[in-house]
Amino acid sequence: MAHNIRGKPPRVGDNKIFRGVLLGIVLVLVGLMIVAPLVVIAVEAFSKGIVYFAGSIADPDTRHAIMLTVITALIAVPINTAFGVAAAWAITKHDFRGKRLLTVIIELPFSVSPIVAGVSYLFVYGLQGLFGPALQSMEIKILFALPGIVLASMFVTAPFVARELIPLMQAQGRDLEEAATSLGASGWRTFISVTLPNIKWALLYGVVLCNSRVMGEFGAVSVVSGNIRGQTNTLPLHIELLYHDYNAAGSFAAASILAGLAIVTLIAKVALERQGAGRVQRPTALAGADSIIPETKP
Amino acid sequence: MKIRLDNVVKTFETFRAVHGVSLDIESGELVALLGPSGSGKTTILRMVAGLEYADGGAIYFGDENATDIPVRERGVGFVFQHYALFPHMTVGENIAFGMKVSKVKRSPQAIAERVKELLDLVQLGGLKDRFPGQISGGQRQRVALARALAVDPRVLLLDEPFGALDANVRRDLRRWLRKIHDELGITTIFVTHDQEEALDLADRVVILDKGKIVQEGTPEAVCRTPANAFVMNFLGDANRLDADIRGGKAYVDDIAFEASGVADGGGQILFRPADVTWREHGHGIAARILRVIDRPDSRRVLAMTGSGQPVEFDTAPEFPHRKGEQGFIDIRRPRVYATA
Repeated sequence: MAHNIRGKPPRVGDNKIFRGVLLGIVLVLVGLMIVAPLVVIAVEAFSKGIVYFAGSIADPDTRHAIMLTVITALIAVPINTAFGVAAAWAITKHDFRGKRLLTVIIELPFSVSPIVAGVSYLFVYGLQGLFGPALQSMEIKILFALPGIVLASMFVTAPFVARELIPLMQAQGRDLEEAATSLGASGWRTFISVTLPNIKWALLYGVVLCNSRVMGEFGAVSVVSGNIRGQTNTLPLHIELLYHDYNAAGSFAAASILAGLAIVTLIAKVALERQGAGRVQRPTALAGADSIIPETKP
Repeated sequence: MKIRLDNVVKTFETFRAVHGVSLDIESGELVALLGPSGSGKTTILRMVAGLEYADGGAIYFGDENATDIPVRERGVGFVFQHYALFPHMTVGENIAFGMKVSKVKRSPQAIAERVKELLDLVQLGGLKDRFPGQISGGQRQRVALARALAVDPRVLLLDEPFGALDANVRRDLRRWLRKIHDELGITTIFVTHDQEEALDLADRVVILDKGKIVQEGTPEAVCRTPANAFVMNFLGDANRLDADIRGGKAYVDDIAFEASGVADGGGQILFRPADVTWREHGHGIAARILRVIDRPDSRRVLAMTGSGQPVEFDTAPEFPHRKGEQGFIDIRRPRVYATA
């Protein structure tokens, strides 16, 4: 930025040196904390060659872990999406007592350590837990099996979709739904043709974030899954296991799959945010754009 | 469609928004609900629409009790304050929406024809494929009206229809809405806090304050004989002077005004700034000029009466007097009310 003749920055706060230092600190930290580890994963994964990489991925236990992770996501993400939409809908378009409290509770998993969630599931569904004996007598196995993994993942990711939708739907108000209803649309029709199109990008964004967190969840799942190789090991747990086996290349190969997922998520996020920009607004927000087309006098 | 509100009550969690409002609206009438914010006018409109349910009383459409008919089936066209156009649909799709979701099935051609007809009616023929974000505020307003009319409503309801528009667009749209109303003859209720808008557009004005009707009548009736000081003040600039009422006369600084029918005791006289003549000598309330403000077509004079009450009045641009001069104000058409 060029300084003016008096050697002052063009705007208050736009000091060249300060800007440089600030940017430098951020770049160094980003490099050390984010970029370097990702590069290490890629390098280590292929350190013993592409064949070994492919072999690691093809290992039955690894394949089973990938499958289990995908199945967990396929169950947990749709349920949490439905939950998120319902919760956001209830909170933003209806009035009821305890609305604030509900909002806080929905966001609770954000502030609770996943390991705490996992342990609490042990207390509820474990053999010595609340429902443990009853569940055992009915031969329903929740812990150390798929249901426990799904439940723990759902707990951790419950707020993701709702969290994306609530501020948007709050800003949008109820006008559009009221308009659709006054024109004769049913509740379902209103949701499908009016509400959904206006929240779809935020919804997709929430789903993408939720999915990446489900697939990457370690703490809660590690407590409830029992960590049985080839049976209840999800991909993140499997990576840890391989690492403890001193199979660094195998562990990094598996990790590269999760890292790849993260990159896909990132790209999807950027694309969705771009799509969302300028479309999520309702006419009220556009009131300033009155002069786009000259007024034709009636 | 004749509409009748019978002692309608609505209470929100913390306050009572509408206290027992009764109102008859003739078929084909254009009625304005006029009042300051918080007077309950929008709540009444939303109850007529079915967007809010009344806590007490009844709403009749013709002879039918519509109080509990859901908004979907009530057959009203509602134009929202901020239009509530569907931003992801084109102008044409917005207008067609009501016909598409209707229980009365129409062929796509019939819908397309009706959309074209309505676009012509609101004079937006060329904008069918634009999105709401791409047209001006006044155009959005007209799209919202076309969309509401598309479902052949029994009643048209408009919430602050011109609130979000520029002053000159407002005036044009107002006259135009009156024309559309006269062409279609549909019973119409609109809500406004702008007295000029209500007087300009409506057959009948219903003035509300704190959830109650304070006066209803033709624009002429409410302007010429305001029922109380609130109406007088709300309809336009008004001066207020404290007065003593004794035996059918109101006295201000020993000047008597006709006040037959007003109870003895404390009172007030109200009058418009245009209804004052300034005299250097003679009959009137003694006053001193504090300031003279120039306007394009007049001069506004700020004065103080002998007993220290402020008065503002309008004079011709040629008004020769200046700050500090003493004189007398002669009031035409004063209205005397007992102090509430």
